[in-house]
Amino acid sequence: MQKELLEYTLRLGDNALILGQRLGEWCGYGPVLEQDIALSNIALDQLGQARMLMQYAARLKGEEYTEDKMAFFRDVTEYHNVLMLELPNDHWGFTIMRQFLFDTFNYYQYTQLLQSQDDHIKSVAQKAIKEITYHAQWSAEWVIRLGDGTEESHQKMQTALDELWQWTGEMLTPDAVDEKMREAGIGADLNKVKEEWQQKVAEILEIATLKKPEDDWMQEGGKQGEHSEHLGYILAEMQHLPRMYPEAEW
Amino acid sequence: MTTEMNLEQKFQDYVDAENKIEPKDWMPDRYRKTLIRQISQHAHSEVVGMLPEANWITRAPSLRRKVALLAKVQDEAGHGLYLYSAAETLGADRQDMVEDLLSGKAKYSSIFNYPTPTWADIGAIGWLVDGAAIANQVMLCRTSYGPYSRAMVRICKEESFHQRQGYEIMMTLARGTEKQKQMAQEALNRWWWPSLMMFGPTDDESPNSAQSMKWKIKRKSNDQLRQEFIDKTVPQAEFLGLQVPDPDLKWNEERGHYNFGTIDWEEFYNVINGNGKCNKQRMDARNKAHDEGEWVREAANAYALKEQKRKEQVAA
Repeated sequence: MQKELLEYTLRLGDNALILGQRLGEWCGYGPVLEQDIALSNIALDQLGQARMLMQYAARLKGEEYTEDKMAFFRDVTEYHNVLMLELPNDHWGFTIMRQFLFDTFNYYQYTQLLQSQDDHIKSVAQKAIKEITYHAQWSAEWVIRLGDGTEESHQKMQTALDELWQWTGEMLTPDAVDEKMREAGIGADLNKVKEEWQQKVAEILEIATLKKPEDDWMQEGGKQGEHSEHLGYILAEMQHLPRMYPEAEW
Repeated sequence: MTTEMNLEQKFQDYVDAENKIEPKDWMPDRYRKTLIRQISQHAHSEVVGMLPEANWITRAPSLRRKVALLAKVQDEAGHGLYLYSAAETLGADRQDMVEDLLSGKAKYSSIFNYPTPTWADIGAIGWLVDGAAIANQVMLCRTSYGPYSRAMVRICKEESFHQRQGYEIMMTLARGTEKQKQMAQEALNRWWWPSLMMFGPTDDESPNSAQSMKWKIKRKSNDQLRQEFIDKTVPQAEFLGLQVPDPDLKWNEERGHYNFGTIDWEEFYNVINGNGKCNKQRMDARNKAHDEGEWVREAANAYALKEQKRKEQVAA
């Protein structure tokens, strides 16, 4: 049980950390200052959630662990984020589409986590839900704006959606750890999340004049530590300093 | 002509009486132009200034530092926005100002053409570059143009927070391992002289200063501000146990100030004129972000128009 709780906490925390890291790459390079600021805000929220969850994971793991040890001294196969979040940012529209698909999932997931039997996860959810609600609204608005903007933006968003679709199955499909956590009243019921997600995503895509792709092959493995090639580079960049000087404090 | 002179005299009297000029007040054309140039340069500096620090967001060595750095760089984007808005109150157009930056016509603070090769540079920028910026900006809180002055009050609050953060990074490094201490010292070596150059040429080489002082846009001369910065910063370096890279630096009891060595103005003009390590990199980055964002801005405008039409149809 302790083992599953740790992994579940890391799944939540790694999603927040890897997404925050990816979004942080945009800072200074956004299409217009106002949206640069908005996306940085979301990155900051994700990183703030990641810190709370890493602190909890460190606590579950044992005395000698800290949030930074969890973030900077785990290797690729020990990370449990979903694969979609480690994909490179590509263009702004791709980043926004991924954000929308994930935020919508995250919103329904965290709504359930407000009732978690685990006090730590519950308190993270209480803080995070306000932020995630805003993220989900913001990214849905931008999907609509860009989907129903110009011919070019429509095309870019449709392509992004088509490319991203195969990466959405993983977060919505429970495995043994998810099931165990749900049974214990700690984790979210992903089948329920999936239903709500499908409905909301279909609704927004329609307003955005985008065509929902057919469900086909779905990629999976991130939650269990089987990653794409991208994560190794993210970690190499993120972790290099603490790993080069492991005795140092920063 | 006489009327114009009368107006100018009235304006000067009004400024001399420590009144703030507001957007709708009459002002000499050169006052307006000087301010537009200065405020837009300031805005550009905030925006370009995001880049050397953004360079470390993905590599910050702890989660706490990562969050603080990202928040700081984001604040700079916000400062850019306030300042573009302040310039717009003078009739400048944000799009034109941005175009001037991207074409290389408009200048930005030359300090951002220096690279940030190590994490300690993030500490040194916060401590020294923000420190020098604050010295200038505290003065600008009392500048004669109302909107600029008010933007500065807001910006100063955030900047002093950034400076403390930068100093705290330096402190952690200076009290850390040998290697970290060395990192901190090397960053101080890199940023000390460029920070002193941020105050601009010496007073006798700064032809526009006198007029700006008369209009109370500026309230202290470049040399005055530079001296204040040095006097304040040297003890901070001593407290860190780091060596300021100036063999001529010495307290002068009589003047009540530090004496310091000669600034390499050749380097200053070289970097201004495009020969810094990062001039091209910074401008390329801004241009790339702008060009790649074009379709997003177009789509947002197109969507806004469609929405407006839809609303009109509903109303009709």
